[in-house]
Amino acid sequence: MILARAVQATRRYGDVTALDRVDLDLHAGELVGLLGPNGAGKSTLLSLLVGLRRTSSGRVELLGGDPRDPAARRRIGMTPQETGLPPTLRVGEVVDFVSAHYADPVPRAELLGRFGIDDLARRQTGGLSGGQKRRLAVALAFVGRPRLVFLDEPTTGLDVTARRELWDGIRQFHADGGTVLLSSHYLEEIEALAHRVVVLGRGRVLADDSVTAVRDLVGVRRVSLVAPELPSLPGVRGVERIDGVTHLLTTDADQLVRDLVGSGVAFSELEIRPTSLEDAFLAITDGAGPEATGTPVTVGSDAPSDAVGSDTRPAQPADV
Amino acid sequence: MRLSLVHARYQLLETFRIPIALVGSAFFPAASMLFFVVPFSGNDRTVATYATAAMVTFAVMSTNIFQYGIGVAEDRAQPWDPYLRTLPAGAAPRFAGRILAGLAMTMLSLIPVVVIAAVATEARISGPAFLAAFGTIIIIAVPFTLMGLAIGYSLPSKAAIVVAQIVFFPLAFGGGLLFPPDQSPGFIEEIAPFLPTRGAVELMWAAVGDFPVNPLSLIMLGVWIVVLAAIAGWAYRRDEGRRFS
Repeated sequence: MILARAVQATRRYGDVTALDRVDLDLHAGELVGLLGPNGAGKSTLLSLLVGLRRTSSGRVELLGGDPRDPAARRRIGMTPQETGLPPTLRVGEVVDFVSAHYADPVPRAELLGRFGIDDLARRQTGGLSGGQKRRLAVALAFVGRPRLVFLDEPTTGLDVTARRELWDGIRQFHADGGTVLLSSHYLEEIEALAHRVVVLGRGRVLADDSVTAVRDLVGVRRVSLVAPELPSLPGVRGVERIDGVTHLLTTDADQLVRDLVGSGVAFSELEIRPTSLEDAFLAITDGAGPEATGTPVTVGSDAPSDAVGSDTRPAQPADV
Repeated sequence: MRLSLVHARYQLLETFRIPIALVGSAFFPAASMLFFVVPFSGNDRTVATYATAAMVTFAVMSTNIFQYGIGVAEDRAQPWDPYLRTLPAGAAPRFAGRILAGLAMTMLSLIPVVVIAAVATEARISGPAFLAAFGTIIIIAVPFTLMGLAIGYSLPSKAAIVVAQIVFFPLAFGGGLLFPPDQSPGFIEEIAPFLPTRGAVELMWAAVGDFPVNPLSLIMLGVWIVVLAAIAGWAYRRDEGRRFS
């Protein structure tokens, strides 16, 4: 059964095409990751699916209806951005307020307990830490006993423990039959949660496949070194020079290092790291665009820093 | 309707959590009462009653211009507003809740004026006149609500604060709210009928006494309501178009 669908969904803001003929089917019980750098169209796609915006062409369906019809949104949940919580309201009040919109909301204590913030019910949201706000924001998506939740970068800015706890909450919802569409810049997060991943880049679907397949697709490594001049090497998908350090993007770092040594070039400070998805996709889709250059990237194993460039689309509203 | 009340309740709650915001909207009318009305109205009951009615009009105007002008502009800048649009309710409960909360705030801002009038002046009002004044307050809140909405929906919050502050005093002064009826300086007598504050205060005076309303003021008040409704409606649709279409 299809809970949400986009058919050739296109969205333009003035001259900028944020989403370009995107097809997406979300089946009941799926946990789908939506991956892509800032500006890829993730937030725009979500805003179409939850009825905040209209398609410029094509269409979207939500639970068999038009997402712009409030009735179609009865069984969905969405995370607000943490910066948007009304700072003077208490945590319990925010939950009660959102609950009032649903016929059969989850009781406040149960909801807050599930996300480990039941001791914060009396606190004003303005005084919460970033992680606490984030947990509250994610909890709000689940207050109406949804069948389908849209989580827009749910763990951005969380520490390791908090992120794992949130993941557990999302997994539990999915294990109970819930459907999730989760956007993230982090491959790691998608790997930890999702079974299927949809990769967006510049408004297009670049890949829609199992997590394993996509991981292989983006298995690009960044080989950094300091060297005066490099010969042309096979298997290099991209070259950047930043502050005297040369960065090579490749899908086979082992072979590249063998070739480097074999070439006899004098190099130092060799370093091999996994790339960000942004790097990987720009290398793979040969679309080296303005936001690809000069961005130092780190995708760590446990604490990914926000490595992607800022959103540069002028007409795009705040991420929703 | 139930949801509108829920929205109104939480909007009031947000306002009450910052008590200085309450003080702000009631301050100018109450201060004007203390500085201009209490010392000068003396023992004249009619003068004191009219002056109180003028300060009530002042309070209705300033409360609505500020709370809608600044409140709407600030909400538009927050992602909380779009988040609420993903809940299974349209835009209507939020808007209706805002208006209900606005009326409640307007009534609250009048309390100091009325209390000062009752305690410190000779202003007196009969039961029926009080009810008439109450109904009139809701009517005269309309143009100033529309003005606040027009400011709030068309300007970013920093600009909205400035514009609200710039418009409210000339409207009060130019409309003759700070003078007894027919005792304004000449140039104000000339321009007052063309300002929405004049029609509003004349309706209040007619509600609390036997003031003969100037038809020109009433016609111009009607024109203001139509024009402000058009601007507010345009600004609201433009904002919806930018953020939600």
